[in-house]
Amino acid sequence: MAVGFDQYHEPAAELPSETRTFARLCASLTEEAEAIGWYEQRLALEPDRAARDIMRDAQGEEFKHFCMDLEFLLRRTPLWREIAEGILFQDGDIVEHGEEAEEEAVEGQAARGAPLSGSESLGIGGMRGGAS
Amino acid sequence: MSHLLREHAPITEKGWRLLDEEARDRLRPALAARKLVDFTGPHGWEHSATNLGRAERVADAPDGIQAATRRVLPLVEARAPFSVARSELDDADRGAEDIDLDELEAAAHRLAVAENAAVFHGWSAAGIAGIAEATTHDTIGLGEDCERYPRHVAVAVDALRGAGIEGPYGLALGPEAHTRVLETSQHGGYPLLEHLREILGGPLVWAPGVQGAVVLSVGGGHFRFESGEDLSIGYETHDAEAVQLYLEESFSFRIATPEAAVVLTP
Repeated sequence: MAVGFDQYHEPAAELPSETRTFARLCASLTEEAEAIGWYEQRLALEPDRAARDIMRDAQGEEFKHFCMDLEFLLRRTPLWREIAEGILFQDGDIVEHGEEAEEEAVEGQAARGAPLSGSESLGIGGMRGGAS
Repeated sequence: MSHLLREHAPITEKGWRLLDEEARDRLRPALAARKLVDFTGPHGWEHSATNLGRAERVADAPDGIQAATRRVLPLVEARAPFSVARSELDDADRGAEDIDLDELEAAAHRLAVAENAAVFHGWSAAGIAGIAEATTHDTIGLGEDCERYPRHVAVAVDALRGAGIEGPYGLALGPEAHTRVLETSQHGGYPLLEHLREILGGPLVWAPGVQGAVVLSVGGGHFRFESGEDLSIGYETHDAEAVQLYLEESFSFRIATPEAAVVLTP
């Protein structure tokens, strides 16, 4: 039976191993988010209390998996992490935080000499502003 | 696959992460020039030259044709080879934390020193003029008496202000002078380091590869480091015992405002 590799949009053999791992975790993140949504719907309709307890426990597992996937991806993607830090766990207007975080992170990255997309460099770039 | 050929190396993903992290940890403290001058790029490995915006007339052109060739500054490729024992990489995969990466550490230091030296003292064979060569200011003797350093630095800052160069100002300190500064407290215990920072209004940086010290404006627009391929680890070859690798970068450096720096000789 053929195995599906739907997480790849480009020929997998041509992708660097880091990109394949990244794509797998992105697919996993999507699946966890879908499962969270499905449990939410089931919980909204299920009248049996014992069944609801099990589903609530299972949904908690999906919360954990989602967060672990997300943390992995953020650690591998400094720009994503920087934007996330400006949005997550903040009070106030989410859209406003999003716009500000994106602008600051992108400008900051450009100023630091961010590595080119797909580059295998160490990503050191410019360091002015970080000197002691 | 890039020209670094990393996927041909007998190194696991975990091994590559270890090597990259170690290289970053060793390079960052020593890359003094990047903490003080403008950085542009990286523009990639294919980027070969910096546009100088100037042209030179071609004397021998067909009748009725005026011709000029563009002047460019070629990027220099700098590479520091090193090897890693395959047994050490195997141990890293097993979870060992005391991996012997001495050659990588030495290569990182060599490359950082070469980069700093090119920016501050020039690299004529590679076509790079350094800040100390280009400055229009008189040099100041630094000496070994640390207590006089603030005065020397203040004189340098005054010279820059007098030439219309705005701050903040930074100080690249060669290793010997840097050690003296760290070890010295002035009368009353006030750290010399803090005193110098107050005079400069900008960073004071440990700069291996720099002879003496250089005071320069870090306001931007005066000195430009252009990166082609930023610092990367590539694969050369391997045998049963060791993997031959290298640290590499391509870059150029040019000076727009020679009067924006003052050299303090050792």
